[in-house]
Amino acid sequence: MAQKSFRQALNEALHFEMGRDPRVIMMGEDLTGGAGANGVKDAWGGPFGVTRGLLDAFGPERIRDTPISEAAFIGAAAGAALTGLRPIAEIMFVDFAGVCLDQIMNQAAKFRYMFGGRAKTPLVIRATYGAGSRSGSQHTQALYPIFTHIPGLKVVIPSTPYDAKGLLLQAIRDDDPVIFLEHKMLYDTVGDVPDGAYTIPFGEARVARDGKDVLIIAIGRMVQVAEEAARKLASEGISAAIIDPRTTSPLDEDTLLDFTETIGRVVIVDEANPRCSVATDISALLADKCFDALKAPIKLVTAPHAPVPYAPNLEDAYIPSADAVVKAATSIVKR
Amino acid sequence: MSVLQFSREELVDVYRTMRTIRRFEERVMEEMATGDIPGNTHLYAGQEASAVGVCLQLRDDDYISSTHRGHGHSIAKGVDIDSMMAELFGRASGTCGGKGGSMHIADLRKGMLGANGIVAAGAPITCGAALSAKLLGTGQVAVAFAGDGAMNEGVMSESFNLAKIWMLPIIFVIEDNGFGEATANAFVSAGSFTRRAESYDIPTIEVDGTDVFSVYAAAGEAVERARAGGGPTMLHVHVPRYYGHYSGDPDTYRTPEEKAAMRRERDCLSNFRQRVKEVSLVETAELDAVDEQVEAAIGRAVSAARAAPFPPTSALTTDVYVKYL
Ligand SMILES: Cc1ncc(C[n+]2csc(CCOP(=O)(O)OP(=O)(O)O)c2C)c(N)n1
Repeated sequence: MAQKSFRQALNEALHFEMGRDPRVIMMGEDLTGGAGANGVKDAWGGPFGVTRGLLDAFGPERIRDTPISEAAFIGAAAGAALTGLRPIAEIMFVDFAGVCLDQIMNQAAKFRYMFGGRAKTPLVIRATYGAGSRSGSQHTQALYPIFTHIPGLKVVIPSTPYDAKGLLLQAIRDDDPVIFLEHKMLYDTVGDVPDGAYTIPFGEARVARDGKDVLIIAIGRMVQVAEEAARKLASEGISAAIIDPRTTSPLDEDTLLDFTETIGRVVIVDEANPRCSVATDISALLADKCFDALKAPIKLVTAPHAPVPYAPNLEDAYIPSADAVVKAATSIVKR
Repeated sequence: MSVLQFSREELVDVYRTMRTIRRFEERVMEEMATGDIPGNTHLYAGQEASAVGVCLQLRDDDYISSTHRGHGHSIAKGVDIDSMMAELFGRASGTCGGKGGSMHIADLRKGMLGANGIVAAGAPITCGAALSAKLLGTGQVAVAFAGDGAMNEGVMSESFNLAKIWMLPIIFVIEDNGFGEATANAFVSAGSFTRRAESYDIPTIEVDGTDVFSVYAAAGEAVERARAGGGPTMLHVHVPRYYGHYSGDPDTYRTPEEKAAMRRERDCLSNFRQRVKEVSLVETAELDAVDEQVEAAIGRAVSAARAAPFPPTSALTTDVYVKYL
């Protein structure tokens, strides 16, 4: 299979689906980076180079560079989704969702329910998230717990190039509003990605690694951290399984429960702040549904309850580390 | 505004501040290349006359808020360059103890309410500062700097309205460099910025931001109105942006010729030198000496920043609350 980057995988999905379905349009700031400026177009290929080439292929009617007006264009995307288009709107950094949260949370997420099931909102909001780029507190948050909390939104957090492509195609074809979160530090990771189109259903976790002594549940970029931890654990004779939920809403409860039942020891790794988070949510689920199978307390390895700092040493300390995961795992395996 | 209204010393000071901003930015760009300044920065070079012309009209206790492109505003407002440089290097001695970085430099002792990672977010915050000044009767004014791109955020319009109905002592300074990141303003902005403000009955002044004297005059009128209880003013300042949007921007959406012409024809420092030469107020040699002093000061700031320690890991969870339990 062809080796491709996370960025390339996303680009292929966008190309494919826009070619297949004329109702799919895209909008966002600097999507074509420089459109309209002195005839130079697509100079950046989007802020992170994900949308390169789409302008040439589909033209400015379908690939729209927007003003810096998130409330207006995310709202417009929601309205367009309600009325026949299938928009993909891009919020450059998920932190900026703060500017347009009303349109996401009170509008797009609620249409279907409030309108008695008579509406569909096939909207995808793509955004980057995550720490590690030394960008400070307003560009680095892992805000997926906020969206996961809101009924009506689906929340997708791919961790590999393969999943990125399959989940994005699924997101665009889905008839509900989907928040699709791309970790900035994953764009250059490379993996097997087929050339053709394929979809990955929502609510199906991926078993990233099988094992029997401890179960590590990890989200987004934390899957890499979990894998590093699992290798270290293996060298100490501890066999760790890794589950990547891939979507936090819907959540594949069955797989999480099955693995917990069998293994009985769980570490959850989450880059988000720990209060009211996905980690606490999954932990509560496991404690509620399979308490008797647990051989040790569930361990959470998360960022602290603090904003993301700028100084490199502090940011590194902020992000959950493989060593912290190893420590948590060993502490419950040896119990 | 005539150059002659300034004393020789004042002119040298104005020049020194503009040169300090320019050299700070150039040096930051050089230091970025070494990889020792983490992340990315947004450079203000080219726009110096705007920050300096406006801040020259302000008292030490007046407020300003800035954007993601905040170094120039901070220096013009008197924030110490040593602690700014240390902040960029992520050191404990930085303006924000290394926790903020380039996009979040703030110094409340200097009335500097912060650079900002969120476009247009400074406008309502500055309305709040102006409200404080008004209700506390301090006589302070507040200045909200924003870019042309920021003008398309709804919160700008909301802030205009609030400022007018509350008659706040505030000045909105819209620094128009023609671009929001890589997208040209002409491509994304309808109508005229001044007419937008005028529709709220906010007086506006359009000004050439490469001429510090024009900016100073415009800001003077606005500050006077604000202090006298006359409410908000909006300045639409036209400036060039020398570097790309951020330090890693290949800036390929502008031609090399265009960028060279901008530096040749729209440079606030050459413009200043030309103006003072015409009236033979300041010797060229004196300005050259300022350049050398500035160079040395920036050099010292960089060395000190490099030598300074990083914050202790325990700082990770401090400052989140004043008091939690
Ligand atoms: C709410 C929000 N949307 C988008 C961004 C990303 N962004 C940062 S700077 C910028 C361009 C701002 O343009 P302008 O206001 O003209 O200021 P300039 O960069 O020209 O100084 C954008 C889109 C952001 N930081 N915040």
